[in-house]
Amino acid sequence: MTYFPEEVVEHIFDFLGSHRDRNTVSTVCKAWYQVERLSRQHVFVGNCYAIRPERVMARFPRMKSLSVKGKPHFADFNLVPYDWGGYALPWIEAAARCCTGLEELRLKRMVVSDDGLELLARFFPNFKSLVLVSCDGFSTDGLASIATYCRGLRELDLQENEVDDHGCQWLNCFPDSCTSLVSLNFACLKGEVNAGALERLIARSPNLRSLKLNRAISVESLNKILSRAPHLVDLGTGSFAVDDRAEAYHRLMNCFTKCKTLRCMSGFGEASPCCLKALYPVCINLIVLNLSYAPAIPSDDLIKLICHCSNLQKLWVLDCIGDKGLAVVASTCKELQELRVFPSDIYGAGTTSVTEEGLVAVSSGCPKLNSVLYFCYQMTNSALITVAKNCPHFIRFRLCILDPGKPDPLTNQPLDEGFGAIVRSCKNLRRLSLSGLLTDQVFLFIGLYAKCLEMLSIAFAGNSDKGMIYVLDGCKNLRKLEIRDCPFGDGALLKNVEKYEAMRSLWMSSCEATLGGCKALAAKMPRLNVEIINESGNLVESKENLSDVNKMEKIYVYRSVAGPRNDAPEFVWTL
Amino acid sequence: MEDTELRLGLPGTDAPATRGCKRALPEDDKESHAKSSSSSSSSSEEDSGRRIDQETPAAKAQVVGWPPVRSYRKNSLQAGKDAAGLFVKVSMDGAPYLRKIDLKVYKGYKELREALDNMFRCFSPAGEVSKKEWWNGSDHAIAYEDKDGDLMLVGDVPWEMFICSCKKLRIMKASEARGLESRH
Repeated sequence: MTYFPEEVVEHIFDFLGSHRDRNTVSTVCKAWYQVERLSRQHVFVGNCYAIRPERVMARFPRMKSLSVKGKPHFADFNLVPYDWGGYALPWIEAAARCCTGLEELRLKRMVVSDDGLELLARFFPNFKSLVLVSCDGFSTDGLASIATYCRGLRELDLQENEVDDHGCQWLNCFPDSCTSLVSLNFACLKGEVNAGALERLIARSPNLRSLKLNRAISVESLNKILSRAPHLVDLGTGSFAVDDRAEAYHRLMNCFTKCKTLRCMSGFGEASPCCLKALYPVCINLIVLNLSYAPAIPSDDLIKLICHCSNLQKLWVLDCIGDKGLAVVASTCKELQELRVFPSDIYGAGTTSVTEEGLVAVSSGCPKLNSVLYFCYQMTNSALITVAKNCPHFIRFRLCILDPGKPDPLTNQPLDEGFGAIVRSCKNLRRLSLSGLLTDQVFLFIGLYAKCLEMLSIAFAGNSDKGMIYVLDGCKNLRKLEIRDCPFGDGALLKNVEKYEAMRSLWMSSCEATLGGCKALAAKMPRLNVEIINESGNLVESKENLSDVNKMEKIYVYRSVAGPRNDAPEFVWTL
Repeated sequence: MEDTELRLGLPGTDAPATRGCKRALPEDDKESHAKSSSSSSSSSEEDSGRRIDQETPAAKAQVVGWPPVRSYRKNSLQAGKDAAGLFVKVSMDGAPYLRKIDLKVYKGYKELREALDNMFRCFSPAGEVSKKEWWNGSDHAIAYEDKDGDLMLVGDVPWEMFICSCKKLRIMKASEARGLESRH
């Protein structure tokens, strides 16, 4: 490759879409490493503690877009203590020193502060796009900084963040000269916003294509907004609380009739069954529909809506749709690729739900189905075997049977055979979440067949160390393994230690691994950070009391070239 | 702390509670799988009510982080439910018609009893008993039908659990109610 001048090599690299491919070519030779690093524009850091921000900035000085992920996935379910870490500020500060050309920042599960947001707003003149997913630590004051100082802001996308409400003025901070917005999502904000300011902002944003409102936005406001933004592609409706006898309802239906480009809808925070009829004019064009935040809408009303949505590719619903509703999805939504069915009743007061029948129906009726997240009260092996046969193209399969460790109700057997069928049939499966009663056998199947598997989530499963060992030995492409409440101990943890350097991370909580096991792992593998998270009391004091045979409540192991963290709280101990 | 908790099951076992359980025991099953002594300081708001599911066939214990639903989503659903009402029918033995109340508007059992008293006082035998006696259960007791269709005495379980499982309320004569109570 010395035949080609650098510009040509760089041009060839432009065709490499994924960061993984670019990582690979940069290891070929020094020349390629240099060309690649100076031309990389999108940088993805899967674990913010795997590398120091300064090193990233130094390697990729012309970076335009940075994505960083912080806390482990199980933080979503309150398994990671609140102040464990994942701070965004060091990344923003490092970029402010070396990469002020940054245009886009995407953060997931990180702690972002108002100071960080202000830094971002003031020090990056070309900053265009901020996407925060499942983050916390900031308030509407930080948003005000972004609105005030980011000239030419195109995207402000806040997905499911915990944001402190310091008032609604932040939206007013967008100057009159700001006309560049393409995407604005503030659905997760709990507080009010100034409706007039919002309407004016939208009126001067001709490029706006994606708008997701929060619950505080009334239908009256929504009507005004829609009439000023008829070219929206993606809409989060806000509360959608309207009576179908009201004037506002008729205006709404009228507005929707004019929204010819609308393809994605979400929100419906306070939707009542009758007001869903207003959507009928747009249903035929919808490819994405997220009803999972709507309060429990009866199955029959959901069915009436779904009947109009024959082009749907992605559907998120609550389980009150019922098996009957899923049968209608199966017969109507022939283009469906992704289905997520969430529980409407977390505490099990026993409202209508879905069973294995609904999943089987969709698997049989929707030939393009490749991604499923399904919460249900029961599942059978025969249903899973049928689903596996119907859908060999699954890339994501996440099943959550709400009762931990529940067997097949027909046979009282574990669900090993069912999940075994899934991994045997779905050769391209990249992500799998297990539930129900499971023995080591299911892990034997996974290790044997799930060769493309990258992420595996296990809870209340397995009998012995063998289970975890099958997975570590067999799943060649495994990147993330997260385990809770399983009988896997030091034997499993230490059997294949080199594997962890080929993975992003391992999470084990409420398992059988001991302090001694963790110490052994840390000693053998210096390029892994072995974190013990021990919340009971002050870890500094109790470190003396802990003996090697004590079982560790939460263990987080991840490869890192940054060494132990310098921002770990007291209850986190890196061995 | 787990050692002193009342649990179903033999001492030394820590299998997940999957037994049918009608009477709620303050079973702290969220730590039933904890192998080392750590109390979860990350237990979220919903665990503080110490709710225990009473769905047949098994009592689903509240385990930290289970089901795996994001807090954001859990909170949103809760907010939605809080906005919506929780109307249940209330019947009183001998009254010609039923009433309906929204359980969400009451903070606890005391408020509920007061509200029911106000609603049904007109049906009490005039002049025979004082309001206080009528209400203190000498003449009537309040029972409810849960989602399994069983008739339960109001007041045994935590309020939050009660409003999740109450489908209907019934004000019954004390003499009948004694039959319920003696099933303890």
